[in-house]
Amino acid sequence: MRRGWFLPIAAALGFSFLYAPIVSLVIFSFNESSLVTVWSGFSTKWYGELFRDPQLLGAAWLSLQIAALSASIALVLGTLAAIALVRFRRFRGRTLFAGMVSAPLVMPDVITGLSLLLLFVAMEGFLGWPQGRGMLTIVIAHATFCTAYVCVVVQSRLSDFDRSLEEAAMDLGASPVRTFFDITLPIIAPALVSGWLLGFTLSLDDLVIASFVSGPGSSTLPMVIFSKVRLGVSPDVNALASIIIGIVALGVLAATIIQLRTKPKNRQV
Amino acid sequence: MTTHDPTIPPPRRLKPWNAVERGLARVGITGRMLVLIAPLIWLLVFFLVPLAVVFGISLTSKQFGRPPYTPLLTSEEGTVQLTLHLNNYIRLFTDNLYVAAYLSSIRIAAIATIITLLVGYPMAYAIARAPDRWRNILLMLVVLPFFTSFLLRVYALTGFMRGNGVINQFLGLFGIEPIVMMQTDFAVYVGIVYTYLPFMILPLYTTLVKLDVSLFEASADLGARPIHTFLFVTLPLSLPGIIAGSMLVFIPAIGEFVIPSLLGGPETLMIGRVLWDEFFSATNWPRASAVAVAMLLVVVVPIMLLQRAQGAVVEK
Repeated sequence: MRRGWFLPIAAALGFSFLYAPIVSLVIFSFNESSLVTVWSGFSTKWYGELFRDPQLLGAAWLSLQIAALSASIALVLGTLAAIALVRFRRFRGRTLFAGMVSAPLVMPDVITGLSLLLLFVAMEGFLGWPQGRGMLTIVIAHATFCTAYVCVVVQSRLSDFDRSLEEAAMDLGASPVRTFFDITLPIIAPALVSGWLLGFTLSLDDLVIASFVSGPGSSTLPMVIFSKVRLGVSPDVNALASIIIGIVALGVLAATIIQLRTKPKNRQV
Repeated sequence: MTTHDPTIPPPRRLKPWNAVERGLARVGITGRMLVLIAPLIWLLVFFLVPLAVVFGISLTSKQFGRPPYTPLLTSEEGTVQLTLHLNNYIRLFTDNLYVAAYLSSIRIAAIATIITLLVGYPMAYAIARAPDRWRNILLMLVVLPFFTSFLLRVYALTGFMRGNGVINQFLGLFGIEPIVMMQTDFAVYVGIVYTYLPFMILPLYTTLVKLDVSLFEASADLGARPIHTFLFVTLPLSLPGIIAGSMLVFIPAIGEFVIPSLLGGPETLMIGRVLWDEFFSATNWPRASAVAVAMLLVVVVPIMLLQRAQGAVVEK
């Protein structure tokens, strides 16, 4: 097929559209002036400011804890769900189960947040648990939607690996549990790592659901950022954003390199 | 031990597990059930039941107190009474605010989805046709923003489009007057396209990269112009990717809250924002629930479309 000039130019424009705002944000985070758009000299003072803001630091710490916890819960639940969906061809309620696993992927955040909050309030009324809302309720909410993402990632890895390895282990007398830990787990480990990381970043990023299910005194980082940003552009948010973008870029870069090294060439998601 | 040794001892099995397994099997619990039980219960309790609770509370009325809605079930002298209020739903249909918000959400999401498709398709196609060594790098460049905070990317756009933002300063170099972009529907479109572009590109790429190049060659050999090959061969074959990508943008865009509240103006009506205000500002939980139920009805057809398209994307 004739290769025209249209596709490369369209792609170049598309990528600059994706990256220009991010790049300009990072550049302006080093701006000395508090007027964010006027360049008045290079400075790292906003980064320093960031580390002297106890509210921001507290929120960041809370968000990191929530993200780690919910990603870990989601890792276990999502992996189990993926095993059930890939390995158990038929069981009663499979359609319902598959639907419940994938629906959170597209459910609008406001509905997820509202529904979980109403559930927590109703449960507190009937069971007396969970008492009030805070970190625990946010973790439960995040673990629920992260489970869906972990499941998708693990599912794709599980469905394209050679089952004869497992069968060989079982033929040699290993119990299903032992086969899982000795054979299956090492093979799907890369998917588990990326599933956990995906859950971690999604939890760290969530504003809407956390706003619904959090309680007084448990503001996550996105909630603090949102309330700052709503009032206008603030240069310390630029610095914070640059740090987060830097960490994420390094993480994705590392993950891509690992995947390219370990995966056969023709595997693509 | 030689290979001819007939009495190879069986590998040692994990003793405690075997005992546990046997014990459980005796009461009729299989390994399968153990795998299923945790995710199943979790999703039932924290995904399905909450949706039922939303539906239930949408049938109550606002009241002052804790919780701020009338009880659905009341027991009086031993008889349980079920009280249903339909006033929230009646309001949804009679109050112009809600009808307008639904229609404008659908309109904004649909227009933004089409723009995303028009921007994303050439990008996905270019990546699919790129040389092998480039492809993974380009894909990584698509995925990278997806992992970067959604909120911060929307925020980055505000710095770009403000009255004295980067675009207007750039235009100013050529003596062009600043354009008002923020707090308009235009900004909301840009926001949706910007943040959801990876969702469009990935499924499109997945279908496009699997297309057989010989089909294009055959079409060209038979004298079709490239534009015809594209319209009659490439486009129909990539339809599952188009549907999957479009639904992945359209469904979350309908309920979007962050983009209209940071980029849109006060007159940008979107249903996610209405639900948010109903809940946080008016503290009318029953009304917010009714809005959520109606929103679910709007997205249920797109969700079904998505599931079918995803099956087709994966199958090929």
